[in-house]
Amino acid sequence: MNIQELAKDIPVEGEQALEGIDFITNGEQYLTFVLAKEQYAVNILCVEEIRSWENPTIIPNAPHYVKGVINMRGIIVPIIDLRLKFTIGKPQYLETTVVIVLTYEQDNKSRTIGFVVDAVSDVLNADQGDIKKAPSFGGTMPHHYVEGLINVGDNVVTLLSVLALQTIEEHQRHA
Amino acid sequence: MSIDLSQFIPTFLEESVEGLELMESSLLELDQESDSETINSIFRAAHSIKGGAGTFGFNDVTEFTHLVETLLDEMRDGRRKIDQDDVEVLLDSVDCMRLMIEAIRDEVTCEDDKIAQTSILLEKTLAISSHDSNKSVAADSDKIDESARTALCWQIRFIPQHHLVQTGNDPLLLFNALSDLGELSVFAKTDDLPSLSDMDAEELYLTWKLELISDCSEEDIKEVFEWVEDECELIIEQKPQGMVVNENVVNVNEEEELPSDKLSNEIIPSSGEKTLETKTNDSEKVATKAKPEVGSIRVGVDKVDGLINLVGELVITQSMLSELGNDFEMSKVERLVSGLEQLLQNTKELQESVMRIRMLPISFAFNRFPRLVHDLSKKTGKEIELIISGEQTELDKTVMEQIGDPLVHLVRNAADHGIESADIRIAAGKPAKGTITLDAYHQGGNIVIEVCDDGAGINRDVIFAKAVEKNLIDAKDVLSDSQVYDLLFEAGFSTAAEITDISGRGVGMDVVKRNIQSLGGRIQVESVHGKGSTFKVHLPLTLAILDGQLVKVGSETYIIPLIAIVESLQVESDLINRVSGDMVLYRLREDNVPVLPIYQLFELSAECKEVDNALLVVVEADGQKVGLMVDDLLAQQQVVIKSLADNYQQVDGISGATILGDGSVAMILDIPGMIALAKKIGKENSPSIIQDSIGENA
Repeated sequence: MNIQELAKDIPVEGEQALEGIDFITNGEQYLTFVLAKEQYAVNILCVEEIRSWENPTIIPNAPHYVKGVINMRGIIVPIIDLRLKFTIGKPQYLETTVVIVLTYEQDNKSRTIGFVVDAVSDVLNADQGDIKKAPSFGGTMPHHYVEGLINVGDNVVTLLSVLALQTIEEHQRHA
Repeated sequence: MSIDLSQFIPTFLEESVEGLELMESSLLELDQESDSETINSIFRAAHSIKGGAGTFGFNDVTEFTHLVETLLDEMRDGRRKIDQDDVEVLLDSVDCMRLMIEAIRDEVTCEDDKIAQTSILLEKTLAISSHDSNKSVAADSDKIDESARTALCWQIRFIPQHHLVQTGNDPLLLFNALSDLGELSVFAKTDDLPSLSDMDAEELYLTWKLELISDCSEEDIKEVFEWVEDECELIIEQKPQGMVVNENVVNVNEEEELPSDKLSNEIIPSSGEKTLETKTNDSEKVATKAKPEVGSIRVGVDKVDGLINLVGELVITQSMLSELGNDFEMSKVERLVSGLEQLLQNTKELQESVMRIRMLPISFAFNRFPRLVHDLSKKTGKEIELIISGEQTELDKTVMEQIGDPLVHLVRNAADHGIESADIRIAAGKPAKGTITLDAYHQGGNIVIEVCDDGAGINRDVIFAKAVEKNLIDAKDVLSDSQVYDLLFEAGFSTAAEITDISGRGVGMDVVKRNIQSLGGRIQVESVHGKGSTFKVHLPLTLAILDGQLVKVGSETYIIPLIAIVESLQVESDLINRVSGDMVLYRLREDNVPVLPIYQLFELSAECKEVDNALLVVVEADGQKVGLMVDDLLAQQQVVIKSLADNYQQVDGISGATILGDGSVAMILDIPGMIALAKKIGKENSPSIIQDSIGENA
């Protein structure tokens, strides 16, 4: 194969980027992540940043899934372990363990909270029509956290409600 | 060219609020003897608000303020004597304007009966004035008098058909002709104005209300409208002179294009005579609805200049240090050390100057009290004088904003419970007029605000009896005066014989105390029965920075506010006493200090779990000393307080968090909160940690 043919295979700059993220697709984009073996997603517009795990400062007498607070560029951000919160999998803190920091704005007040998950996986495009209702029974996760289910290939991704996650009062109720 | 006016609206709102404050305080000073400067300043403030509101199209404010202004104008010219009733009306108007301004700020529509009522009242007052002025001040205003004797007031409703302008008639010309007959006021009504997209540029959608003061006859007026008779509906009425209100005269130019202004104001008084009452509740309701404030501070240029100088010095130090770092040798270590010292000095000064920017004189908080006392005095029928001193004492803006409500409570209490009615006062040999004193001064790193009244004082026995009745204490308890007064701050505790709408429901004092404590302050009561009482509020100067002692418990670092620490000591095991079921007390000279192990309270693992060799930090809160057991004492430093509630919520026993030099987060301990937490845990479990020294333990 000569160099000319090789050059043809290399995509022109920009083409590939479009293919990967696909701006043309309608609907919302979601960040998917993994808790144990299950796939979850949150609206990508709420994601502030993804951080690696660091030991937080303990909040005295907080529920066991509130791991503590960290300093994110001068902001005090509480850290909640979703695996403990929803009793999914084992709370291990490995190199792939990450913290997804979400910000949700409501009534002119924004709230920033970090959530510990096993790993982030992908960005998902989905129409409103792709989001199916979840059955109203079963599972350890309280149902108001679930906005719907999205089919991705053979897998099912649970779409989480950022509003419910960010409602701190919910995180006070002892599980 | 168009400028986006909306960016100036916040400034307008701020200036209006300031203007209203000025109006209010000047109005309270206003009486017969006042010089013209007082009334002029009120007038100017009203005028600026009107002008600003007009610019931004807040027409309800403009219209209302115009009425106020007219009344003020009459007072200014001497056409009207300044009497107390008028001042009351004006004070109510200020309240209404404040409601409207707040409504604009919150972007809600302001629908308050009070505004409508007050504007009716204003109009009535104005109407009376015209009569009065005609009779009493006749000598001063010959001209008005003369015209008033002969002139009639014609009210004309002019409702043209839409195609009026197409017939070649111009309303402007008609009005010009009318104004030749006498003094003409024109109000355009824009009610029928369609949306811009539906508007036909060649059609006329406006109707007018005209007021003509003239000695002409009805025929004369009809003659003017002769040419348009068939294209319009015309209602001509004669009205009594008194109802004339000098509204804005609208320049009638091109009709369809211009008027987004609704300058129509229905000047028809409502049928039933409504008496007006100050509804303090309403204004409070609006206040609580307000969004979190993003206000601004006005800073003196000298403070800013000082800051710029300091930043300059900081930059110089920084460049010196970075130059030093470029090729560093051990021989230069001396210069490095001195450079770092300079940097420390610079940052400290900079920090202090920045803090000073947030400092405002407490007069901002005190300003509302003359009005409050004025209203209270009217409501309770007691004569009360308010003396304010130390209003130049500076205080952090955040503290100031939050101390307002507790102070209002204290002043209300003083007026309602403290000051006795005049006959009782005279019987007790006191002057009939009661006095409430507000004072503020600095004391150490704190500011002290005193609310002092010369009323009946607190009756210790009544409180004691009430507390026994409410099962707060036992009848056999022996309490000191201050312990008795502290009972006042218990929830649901009120000694008022009867409940009034001002105070006495027993909600309040506990809130006052909680608010003050949440600001890191405390409240102290002194009282002499029959002579009066003094409430002293001690507050930290600022909420943003705190001197703290860093301590270690297990792997965690905590910060204890330096101001709370009495002393730190190494425990001597023979001074430890275990009493009443494994409660650990430490004998500190004469006191028995309960020991509070932080690790136990916060459910941590600690190196040092035995009290025998522990380090004890003795702290004091609410007169209660507690020994906090820690693993290690670290440095003392100033820390910047960050709220946990921003992204999380308040945590029991923790007043906030801060970021340490290494970037990690440390919690700041809230001593009263920790004691409360220990009590709570003590009640839940077997009471092993600490017991309440009041009540349970006596």
